[in-house]
Amino acid sequence: MIYSELKNIDEILKIVKENEIFLILCNGCAEVCKVSDDKSVEEIEKKLKESGKDIKGKVKIDFLCSKILIARKLKKFLNEISFSKGLLVFSCGIGVQCVSDVIDKPVYPATNTVYLGGFQGLWPGKERCLECGTCYLGITGGICPIAFCTKQLVNGPCGGTNNGKCEIDKEKDCGWALIYEKLKKINKLEILKEYQEPRNYKLIEPDSKLRKKVFYDIDKNEEL
Amino acid sequence: MGISNLQEKLNEGKFVITSEIGPGKGTNLEFLKEAEILKDKVDAFNVTDLQSSVMRLGSLATCHLLVEMGLEPVFQITCRDRNRLALQSDLLSAYVLGIRNVLILTGDHPILGDHPETKPVFDLDSVSLLKVASTLMEGKDMKGNQLDGKVDFFLGAVVSPGYEPLDLQIIKMEKKIEAGAKFFQTQAVYDLKKFEEFMKRIEKYKVPILGGIVLLKSAGMAKYMNENVAGVSVPEKYIEMMAKAKKEERVKVSLQIGAELIKGMKGLCQGIHIMPLGWDKYVPDLLSLSGLI
Repeated sequence: MIYSELKNIDEILKIVKENEIFLILCNGCAEVCKVSDDKSVEEIEKKLKESGKDIKGKVKIDFLCSKILIARKLKKFLNEISFSKGLLVFSCGIGVQCVSDVIDKPVYPATNTVYLGGFQGLWPGKERCLECGTCYLGITGGICPIAFCTKQLVNGPCGGTNNGKCEIDKEKDCGWALIYEKLKKINKLEILKEYQEPRNYKLIEPDSKLRKKVFYDIDKNEEL
Repeated sequence: MGISNLQEKLNEGKFVITSEIGPGKGTNLEFLKEAEILKDKVDAFNVTDLQSSVMRLGSLATCHLLVEMGLEPVFQITCRDRNRLALQSDLLSAYVLGIRNVLILTGDHPILGDHPETKPVFDLDSVSLLKVASTLMEGKDMKGNQLDGKVDFFLGAVVSPGYEPLDLQIIKMEKKIEAGAKFFQTQAVYDLKKFEEFMKRIEKYKVPILGGIVLLKSAGMAKYMNENVAGVSVPEKYIEMMAKAKKEERVKVSLQIGAELIKGMKGLCQGIHIMPLGWDKYVPDLLSLSGLI
């Protein structure tokens, strides 16, 4: 089970700058921990519409961590997606990264991934999530700076990037070089100019209330 | 009035010269003599912060020793080893120890140094630490708590004119300026044409730039830097000059190249930052060859 929590609506509105958006929901863990079930999504949809967002459509896919499933299922929605300027994804950080890898449009996480324990769907790719509790994927073109930058920097690359590779390993891509290329490709380089506050490390350690929540530690839960 | 002599001189439009001191591994203070030689020849001395992630004598203490010697330090502080509590505290300490110039960097990864197993910190980055230092100057810590006595610094940062893609480097530079950087020192420059293009692109920020100078010690060193040091590209002509020079002529040729670069930079930027890497004794000759002293 990958446990994620919905970002609050203000946080979502802060990162989603486009008006025309398409929603992509995961029917796997995200559905189970109630970030992509009908009720939660409808509530968010209502608030998005109230803020002037134009929702061009939505699709629910069994496991967003499977790029094959995403690509196949999204083919039927290419028209609706083409009218949108951004994709709001209701899944864990892996699902958001997989969507970003499949479609060249700005992707925005509707959730923060808190816990990756247990079964991790069908996740065969290079995507990684370090459960930072502050999903940054919306400002980085869907590439995680925490997982892909060796120094976990959030305000751009350090001076060590050499030919797109990390200073610690010539074989390792610089996460920020990847982010730059992706943002350039989707015409979103201006996001890089925004100052990012220092990270909140309190969020890495889930609080005791959360630990007791259903599905956080699913194998110990008797309510099922 | 500037916060430091370095700022004052830049404000007056003087072409400034900074050099660099790398504290040693241990308590031997012999290296301070190198600074003494350059006393009246350079405007300030950067003191590196565990350069290349190698455990050494600290930058803060060394800067304080320079202040006591009547020399002006530039306190280099990286985000590699300290969290936000320690960084803020060290900035307060720097101020009470008489340090006024601070150069803020992200820092090399510890894997590159002599304690590769260590925990990398990077709690803040160069941009957020600049912002935090600016907040301390307003009399508050980064959480907004009032300080009993504030700091006043001339804040600097680094930029790499040879970085690819340059757009990304300039975006980061812009963020550093917005966060409070008032001057920049650059990575070693060997390509004046590329440097000129860089200077044109950043002219609009109106922030003083001190061009980086690293003397070539050999053709091998130049090739090594081209392959391994981010943003450094030594043109073929300099590599050839170094390769052709006989062993006893190498210093002379190296100084010639250095002087050519410095003269070229004089019309382009506001000063130079020399990183002697052990060749401190040749710096006076370099400066006189360049017509700066």
